[in-house]
Amino acid sequence: MSDTARTETKKRSAEAEVLAEFWHYFSENRGAVIGLFVFVALVLIAILAPIVAPHSPTQQYRDALLQPPVWADGGTATFLLGTDAVGRDILSRLIYGARFSLFIGVVVVTLSLTIGISLGLIAGYVGGWLDTLIMRVMDVILAFPSLLLALVLVAILGPGLMNAMIAIALILQPHFVRLTRAAVMSEKNRDYVTAARVAGAGPLRLMFKTILPNCMAPLIVQATLSFSNAILDAAALGFLGMGAQPPTPEWGTMLAESREFILRAPWVVTFPGLAILVTVLAINLMGDGLRDALDPKLKRS
Amino acid sequence: MLRFLLSRIGLLIPTFIGVSIVAFSFIRLLPGDPVLLMAGERGLSEERHAELLKQFGFDRPIWEQYWDYLLGIFQGDLGFSIVTKKPVIAEFFALFPATVELSLCAIVLAVLIGIPVGIIAAVKRGSFFDHTVMTTALVGYSMPIFWWGLLLIILFAGILQWTPVSGRISLIYFFPQVTGFMLIDSLLSGQAGAFRSAVSHLILPSIVLATIPLAVIARQTRSAMLEVLSEDYVRTARAKGLSPFRVISVHALRNAMIPVITTIGLQIGVLMAGAILTETIFSWPGIGKWMVESISRRDYPVVQGALLMVATIIMLVNLVVDMLYGLINPSIRYAR
Repeated sequence: MSDTARTETKKRSAEAEVLAEFWHYFSENRGAVIGLFVFVALVLIAILAPIVAPHSPTQQYRDALLQPPVWADGGTATFLLGTDAVGRDILSRLIYGARFSLFIGVVVVTLSLTIGISLGLIAGYVGGWLDTLIMRVMDVILAFPSLLLALVLVAILGPGLMNAMIAIALILQPHFVRLTRAAVMSEKNRDYVTAARVAGAGPLRLMFKTILPNCMAPLIVQATLSFSNAILDAAALGFLGMGAQPPTPEWGTMLAESREFILRAPWVVTFPGLAILVTVLAINLMGDGLRDALDPKLKRS
Repeated sequence: MLRFLLSRIGLLIPTFIGVSIVAFSFIRLLPGDPVLLMAGERGLSEERHAELLKQFGFDRPIWEQYWDYLLGIFQGDLGFSIVTKKPVIAEFFALFPATVELSLCAIVLAVLIGIPVGIIAAVKRGSFFDHTVMTTALVGYSMPIFWWGLLLIILFAGILQWTPVSGRISLIYFFPQVTGFMLIDSLLSGQAGAFRSAVSHLILPSIVLATIPLAVIARQTRSAMLEVLSEDYVRTARAKGLSPFRVISVHALRNAMIPVITTIGLQIGVLMAGAILTETIFSWPGIGKWMVESISRRDYPVVQGALLMVATIIMLVNLVVDMLYGLINPSIRYAR
């Protein structure tokens, strides 16, 4: 075995060890494991939506308007969770809705994470007036109630799912900036960074390859929290008519469409909200587990 | 203390300028001509259009416009609503008490339940009570409150018919709005049943708005208590033979409350965001509902004014919380 191959194996086994240790702490938290299972199930449902869903999410069955779920009086097995006011199958709409919610979460977290980390690295590493400017702008964003700022941004950009995601990403990224900056400030004068600098590493390499990997733990936890916040905020915008537009089967939009039927047909309101709650809860449970597993202060070794 | 106060106010100035720039830019960032936007669908003649552009100062350099806007703010001029033609600031203060009343009830509810429950959960760590509280808190924290409000309406206003569906008070009562707070005004009116009606209208919205702060406060109290309970001075107090109640309520609680107070202060923003949804669901005539309606009515001067007012009020509340924090914890006051 050549030298490079040997170090490669050694590196890989070290990585496996870290993963094993992580899983050990993560799996100690029963809630986190349950959350992970629910989340994986949701991802599978979202991917397999065309196969799992019994009906098309937009097909209107005109002879089955506001049909109650199968277990209630007048419900049929054709529509397991009943139908909405224009005769669409609620279960199928919920299944397709999972796609939107997870998509929203992924896009928003990716956007706010990349922008937030970059700004945070620059603020923390470069410092000076650039740091002051970035952090004051973040203070201003945080001075507004998040949902209010998102609403106003959507009013500027125009209602719609894409614009809602951009608005939510913007209001969530200050948290990433602050976390990254704080972590960078505490790391940048450590010996290993100085060593890398003396060895000739450029500022970009120092920022992204040397310092950033050592700041990841709080960022991962924050990313999970932001994922669930993004889903909640997007649903709230949809509920206020400023997010995804009908007939998109987005959960918040479904709730908005069904508001006038709450007393006549409670099921059209109950299930979309339940779907939001279960998804957000599963992600938050995972977040708690991640925090316990990644936070060295809480590790009981 | 004065120096601490001044340094905190100094920190607020750049944020306030930023907030005013955001509010100022809002109307100018909207796609299309601001005057045409305000005119709405009725349309305008050419001359009237030019006249209005001049009147609003849109033809002048941008920094001059901003300076005028800033001067206006300090004279209490936030422009006029397009729909009602009334000054935005007057409308804001007419609706503000309703939001304050709801938010106060919600935060009081959250504190009165959240802190004791968090303390008990920490003291009885690992017990059935602890697990139940923490699970419930996580569910509350994950709750889409607009849906939660609808569920409560279905159950308590629809099926059980215990509470009204929406509004602040039953329409059969009519009395002068002395303070703007329905609970106080209905008491002052002396009308039989008015106070009860006001209370019953407040219950569901308060519960909905309190849900997330309650969950956050309970979790924060528990973890702050757990941290403090493992400190040496708590062990010393126990070893001295003090009663468990005294150790918890005097020695541990005081120090555990410091992070909890910060958390409560941070909930102001959460409450305002929550008020947007809660007020919309319960037709509560406050700032949140007003803003949502103004956005959909394209009443942009209202949105602009309210944006500035809400952010400024949150900043001021946070300043007060910072001051309280400095009072409780001297090490912060003398830190710099």
